[in-house]
Amino acid sequence: MTILYTTDHEWLRIEGDVATIGVTDYAQSQLGDVVFVELPKVGRSLKKAEAAAVVESVKAASDVYAPISGDVLEVNEELAAEPALVNSDAAGKAWFFKLKIADKSELDGLMDEAAYAKHTA
Amino acid sequence: MLARDESPLLRTPLHALHVARGGKMVPFAGYEMPVQYAAGVLREHQHTRNAAGLFDVSHMGQIALRPKSGKVEDAALALERLVPQDIVAVAPGRQRYAQFTNPEGGILDDLMVANFGDHLFLVVNAACKTEDEAHLRAHLSEACVIDSLADRALIALQGPKAESALAKFCADAPSMRFMDARPRKVAGFDCFVSRSGYTGEDGFEISVPAEHAEALVTALLENADVLPIGLGARDSLRLEAGLCLYGHDIDTATSPVEGALEWSVQKSRRSGGARAGGFPGAQAILAHFEKGAARRRVGLRPEGRAPVREGAVLFADATSAEPVGKVTSGGFGPSLNAPVAMGYLPSSLSASGTQVFAEVRGQRLPLQITPMPFVPNTYKR
Repeated sequence: MTILYTTDHEWLRIEGDVATIGVTDYAQSQLGDVVFVELPKVGRSLKKAEAAAVVESVKAASDVYAPISGDVLEVNEELAAEPALVNSDAAGKAWFFKLKIADKSELDGLMDEAAYAKHTA
Repeated sequence: MLARDESPLLRTPLHALHVARGGKMVPFAGYEMPVQYAAGVLREHQHTRNAAGLFDVSHMGQIALRPKSGKVEDAALALERLVPQDIVAVAPGRQRYAQFTNPEGGILDDLMVANFGDHLFLVVNAACKTEDEAHLRAHLSEACVIDSLADRALIALQGPKAESALAKFCADAPSMRFMDARPRKVAGFDCFVSRSGYTGEDGFEISVPAEHAEALVTALLENADVLPIGLGARDSLRLEAGLCLYGHDIDTATSPVEGALEWSVQKSRRSGGARAGGFPGAQAILAHFEKGAARRRVGLRPEGRAPVREGAVLFADATSAEPVGKVTSGGFGPSLNAPVAMGYLPSSLSASGTQVFAEVRGQRLPLQITPMPFVPNTYKR
């Protein structure tokens, strides 16, 4: 299992050819209290960098982009019902969606934890 | 380093206190202001509704209108040339909500006017204060000395515990009722206290000499019921209360009637009243009173969970191509635990219970027109 990060403050947990995607704790601290999450439809085919989900805080709406290409396998319905999970457990319970990885080479450009820590320092 | 065309942000007398207390400072109306503290917008909002919130609103303009004749009625009559409100009827020790109107009947700014017995005290919006002062000087200089009170801070103490929190420093605060306004000693400082605010809650606004602002706020914050509150929660509180934000929900292109502010224009200034008209845009505004306006500000409750924000275009149904209106304020209402908005619609579509649609990210989301305030106010009348 590998955790990777994007410059847009998303995390990807890679397990085989499945990537679970969420936003980082840093992202939630910048967003403030999250009040609404819109998730992609299961089965949707996402292209890398396409707007995949929406997270709205009391302040503003932000897009969550697909960090890699792939089909949506599953979405976190619990998160849609309880958006505040993003604030309380961004790296865990507040996962957004799972993708079937279309092209593993797209993972090459992503950061590991050390590089991401440096990015947000 | 500031870019050449960027003017430095101003600071209120409470700037150091905000920073020391973890305020997240952002630019607002030319000032560096706290948008939130560590508690965050949701908790700050709830704390204000459940206990007491303390807001720094020192960026707003405070102006004294001193009648040259010495008679406050002359200042009131002069000010009535610029606003459609009955200012003469504001008794000493009372305050009233008003608008500066333009010749087209639009709103230049909204303000509070208090009668302090020998002069009037005005509180205007930060973003408009320079223009407002110039406007007053241009039109009222013959009758009044226009005194900009830039050496005073302004704080708001709002919520069900505001009265008890203020009573510790101003013994007769509890005897005031909604929209009372008078000079009072607070913690020994020469303040102007009014029982009013911008949250829908009971509460007070306190004008204090700038050099004593930090001492007064520090003293008020020693009470565990009182937390400092940022602009984020100020906005969600006023939105739930159905109160207009100038430049968004009302502006130079909206008349007081379109803005659903008829309640603020007394009968004496309407057609047939003792001092009917005589303010900028009277013809247009009185015509709106008599014949109705084509559009109207309404409250909107999205039926789903997605917030519908300022700028969202409104449609009469789920498919029509022609927009009918626009959202002017919108977000999440923490006390309702639901999204809430306001906007303009044709008067024919403005009845409560009407369903309209907002376009958000390419989808049409249903909203219901809802009477305001969304959260009942708790003013001590």
